[in-house]
Amino acid sequence: MMNSLLKLDQLQTHIGQYHILQGIQFEAIEGEVSVLLGRNGAGKTTTLKTIIGLTPASHGKVMFEGQEITKRKTYDIANLGIGYVPEDQGIFKGLTVEENMKVAIRKETDEVCEKQAYILELFPDLKKFWKKAGGHLSGGQKQMLSMARAFVNDSKLLLIDEPSKGLAPIVVEKVMEAITEMKKKTTIILVEQNFIMASRIGDTYTLIDDGKTVHSGSMAELIGDEELKRKYLGIG
Amino acid sequence: MGQEKYYSLKNVIFLIIIIALIFFPYVADSRTLTILMTQVFIFSILAMSYDILLGYTGIVSFGHAMFFGIGAYTTAILLSMYDNTMMIFLISIIVGMIFTGFVSFLVGLLTLRLKSHFFAMLTLAISGLFLVVAEKWRTVTKGNDGFTFRAPDLFRDRVFFYFFVLVCLVVAFLVLRRFVTSPLGKVLIAVRENEQRTRSLGFRTLHYKVIASIVAGVVASLSGSLYAISLRFVNTSVMSMDITLDALLMTIIGGVGTLVGPIVGSFVIEIAQHYLSGLANDYPIFERWIIFFGMLYILVVIFFPKGIVGTVYVKYLTWKSKKSRPQQPKQSVPLVKDKERLE
Repeated sequence: MMNSLLKLDQLQTHIGQYHILQGIQFEAIEGEVSVLLGRNGAGKTTTLKTIIGLTPASHGKVMFEGQEITKRKTYDIANLGIGYVPEDQGIFKGLTVEENMKVAIRKETDEVCEKQAYILELFPDLKKFWKKAGGHLSGGQKQMLSMARAFVNDSKLLLIDEPSKGLAPIVVEKVMEAITEMKKKTTIILVEQNFIMASRIGDTYTLIDDGKTVHSGSMAELIGDEELKRKYLGIG
Repeated sequence: MGQEKYYSLKNVIFLIIIIALIFFPYVADSRTLTILMTQVFIFSILAMSYDILLGYTGIVSFGHAMFFGIGAYTTAILLSMYDNTMMIFLISIIVGMIFTGFVSFLVGLLTLRLKSHFFAMLTLAISGLFLVVAEKWRTVTKGNDGFTFRAPDLFRDRVFFYFFVLVCLVVAFLVLRRFVTSPLGKVLIAVRENEQRTRSLGFRTLHYKVIASIVAGVVASLSGSLYAISLRFVNTSVMSMDITLDALLMTIIGGVGTLVGPIVGSFVIEIAQHYLSGLANDYPIFERWIIFFGMLYILVVIFFPKGIVGTVYVKYLTWKSKKSRPQQPKQSVPLVKDKERLE
């Protein structure tokens, strides 16, 4: 049976005077990777930020594991087991790679240590620059660190915002590998402009346009629907 | 050079500086210089406490003098009300710290929810409120005129007081260093870097900022107590904006977020203040020595935003990375552009 982990019901968000989200309808199924797709400015990033509580919703509901979290504070939502990898990576420049990892780890268990060892194998650059300040890393290394921080924790749900943005193809491959590995243990909501990457990882998709959900379904359906891709993603 | 080697080198340098400071009163053999160095140590403690806020947590406070003033008044009032013994002095330090801790907890809880500029303005207002209380509560504080009091007899010996303050500085430095290198200190740095991101990692950032505010307040109170003893007099100037600006200037000139920077900054500022004001007898322009500080502040902010220690550290890192980079082989084949130029 498919369990719904997160549900957005007619979600609306204002940022200042702007009405960004105007009715997002979305459901993340446990164990799946749900991809949010849409043009620039459609409201994908704001959707993630609203889920984590950084831009609080003005109307509608965010339900996580059956309880409403719409009005909760960000730290509360994070402590429920929702991890967030922002678009700008959110690296603490004044902390070393090691310290960035330590700050992110909620509880240091054996499993977390094992995961850390695995991710350092996957991203050897992080091991190499373990004592280096986050601000001195390259864009790709910052993304690796950001993914590594999300990976080590036992999050029930991970919100990942454009992990491939501005990265070299070889780094994108590694980031994809990390997400594929994360997929085995956690539910993921992914915002991704790179359709090839999104279609390889995603199980389901939700198309957002002008702050509204316009389509959703299985990724396989979308791959075969040339009209939909052309209309909303400009592909094909 | 490995990280461990770097830290051991740093510790050796600290040890050498401390040994030099231990011998300083005997080598310098000047009462004025001993008093001046004592002032440097006192303001170093104040500036370090400000660095916890500004450098490690990213909080700009315009009300730091309030905590310094509370410490100074607590010591002065208790020593004038009771015997001028060492015990009363130590009790006054503890009482001052507890009271400051309580005040900074309340002020932090009320103000740290606000965005940085609103917070800065509110701290200025609350500090102004304390200043007015100090001015108006004449039965206790004697208002603007202030009052003198007798310090413990042991402190009549300026060299003894010098060593007492030096010990306070070293202890305060070690405690604060431990604080900023602890996991809690790392969270504070994370808050400074990106508060939203820190919250999304599950940290209730307000709590961490309040803790930083309490630690900074308590340490500032210690420096206030020592300052009152050094003058054997206290008036409302200990709560004035000048004290906060001094702490800010020392921290920025020395280097924010370094802890050592504020010590260097207070050394530079106090020594410069002493000698520049001394030059006023011969050159009237130096009567307005504060103008030079203003210029120094502008130059530092424009050309050395990382301060003295920060700039030296960056230079060291650049030198180290250049040293560790493998040498490039000499270019033997001319570049295409060079070839074209030759043709």
